[in-house]
Amino acid sequence: MHMADALISPVVGGIMLAATVGVASYSIKKIQNDMDEKKIPLMGVMGAFIFAAQMINFSIPGTGSSGHLGGGMILAILLGPYAGFLTMASILLIQALFFGDGGLLAYGCNVFNLGFYTCFIAYPLIYKWVTRKGVTSKRIFGASMSSAVIGLQMGAISVVLETVLSGKTELPFGTFVLMMQPIHLAIGLVEGFVTATIVTFIWRSRPEIIEKAATLEPLGNISIKRVLTSILIAVVVIGGALSWFASSNPDGLEWSLEKTSGNAKIKTPDGIHKTLLLIQNKTAFLPKYDFRPKVGENKEELAAQAKNSGPTINGGKSVSGIVGGILTLALTAFTGFSISVFKRKKRKVNA
Amino acid sequence: MTNVINSLYNMRLLDDLARKETSIHKLHPLVKLITTVVYLSVVVSFGRYEIGSLLPFVFYPMLIIVLAELPATPILKRILLVEPLIIGIGILNPLFDQHTVLFFGMVISRGWVTFLSIFIKCGLTVAASILLIATTGMERLAIALRMIKIPKIFVLQLLLTYRYITVLIEEIYGMTRAYSLRSPGQKGIHIRVWGSFAGQLILRTFDRAQWVYQSMSLRGFTGEYNTGDVPKVKFKDIVYLVAWSLFFIIARIFNIPMLIGLLVTGVIK
Repeated sequence: MHMADALISPVVGGIMLAATVGVASYSIKKIQNDMDEKKIPLMGVMGAFIFAAQMINFSIPGTGSSGHLGGGMILAILLGPYAGFLTMASILLIQALFFGDGGLLAYGCNVFNLGFYTCFIAYPLIYKWVTRKGVTSKRIFGASMSSAVIGLQMGAISVVLETVLSGKTELPFGTFVLMMQPIHLAIGLVEGFVTATIVTFIWRSRPEIIEKAATLEPLGNISIKRVLTSILIAVVVIGGALSWFASSNPDGLEWSLEKTSGNAKIKTPDGIHKTLLLIQNKTAFLPKYDFRPKVGENKEELAAQAKNSGPTINGGKSVSGIVGGILTLALTAFTGFSISVFKRKKRKVNA
Repeated sequence: MTNVINSLYNMRLLDDLARKETSIHKLHPLVKLITTVVYLSVVVSFGRYEIGSLLPFVFYPMLIIVLAELPATPILKRILLVEPLIIGIGILNPLFDQHTVLFFGMVISRGWVTFLSIFIKCGLTVAASILLIATTGMERLAIALRMIKIPKIFVLQLLLTYRYITVLIEEIYGMTRAYSLRSPGQKGIHIRVWGSFAGQLILRTFDRAQWVYQSMSLRGFTGEYNTGDVPKVKFKDIVYLVAWSLFFIIARIFNIPMLIGLLVTGVIK
């Protein structure tokens, strides 16, 4: 369920990163207040555990396939929501850096999708609520199952929203939701079952671990209002700043909002689509850098180009485009090759 | 089982690569982090119909690979391993967007253009993230994170997670191997032992955390993680950042391949 950099727009990525930073700083504050430094190594080693445990194949009876552990719920149950959220955040950063699972720009999206809903919605509202009258193995089972399923469903719909708002892919909202939710229901059931069996096992052999985690953060302690407030502030401040920068680049939110709210979806009349595209093609990432002298002169040509079928590539220019593209890549390869030859020669001389 | 070994190999490989001492490795970690973020933002800011203008951005990962003397094959392999996810989402584009366009002289659905655009972007962004860690390493990246005021609890936690991943992966590897030797012909862990299999490891993990904490305390841990001397940002670091940023911005504004193409075809005519 990792979002990739390639699927998001800078605005969506920036806003989600802001939200994640908001929740993370709130969690750090909570941890600093009511936690001893003993828990830091525990968080670190548990993070490594989840990372490793994601590689275990749990065979699903009767299907011949196997499921995996995501780990968000287990972290919340064993470490509490704040430490759980931060641990999930560091796992995701390592995955993004070392394995390219999810990207650095999509990092905020991923932490939010996989950490926030499990630790701050499913855990306090479902898991804690089901187990509020004391822990039994039945309650652990019901609580883990329902919270894992719901946490994952929320994460999945969040992926859909982020992708659609970014507007990098053609998938319409409805189709994407219909694809994602059932798949993640199945994944959630496996995740819930694995979580339930692990938590039950730990509760049976070392009940103090579960109980300690539970008493550390009673339900009243997690102020959802404060979490949401900090998210909102972060989103407004950073999102506002970002959209100000991106205001003349209708690439992200505005563009796709127009697309979905106008109910035009895929069959948007070519007019808006292409005009926006033209602006998109010709505006800089930072609109204030005004060294684009030829925009004015090219207007007519661009308009003519828009009337043709191709958005960026059309008949007349395609030859130059292809030649240029190939030459760019050739130039890149040639530069790389010459540098490595030069380096090798230098090494020989030194040796 | 192979994925366990692969992950372990991949992490160790990147760790080893990060210890090289080339001109790229010697740059300030913060500068490399910022350059990567600028690169990613610019690449991701391209619209979904862009293909040609994305090509000059291949220059950055290529130059880093060459200058930092990194092996290209494992990095390319890693990128190819991530691409299927993108293909899964992007492959439906041609079905949903059936506007036809002329592309390389062929009439195709515009969905293919968006698909190819996502595909290229995925390759570029994944390469940039992996190159950042392969030329910087986790410890130095942690210094950069501290410099941009990421709280020390998070950074410390991140480093500990990173350090213990190899230990726990080895443990998982040992456990799954022992399990599979005693249950021949079975794929994965049987449902009856789902809880005890991973649960045992969690219990051991908790104990390990206890030892880790005790040994850290014995060595004077007071909640502070000392990273050694923090390098200063030098002139050449600034030059590196400014030069790349300029290149990214210029390549974002002008369609360089198109300009080269127009120039060459113009000359030929």
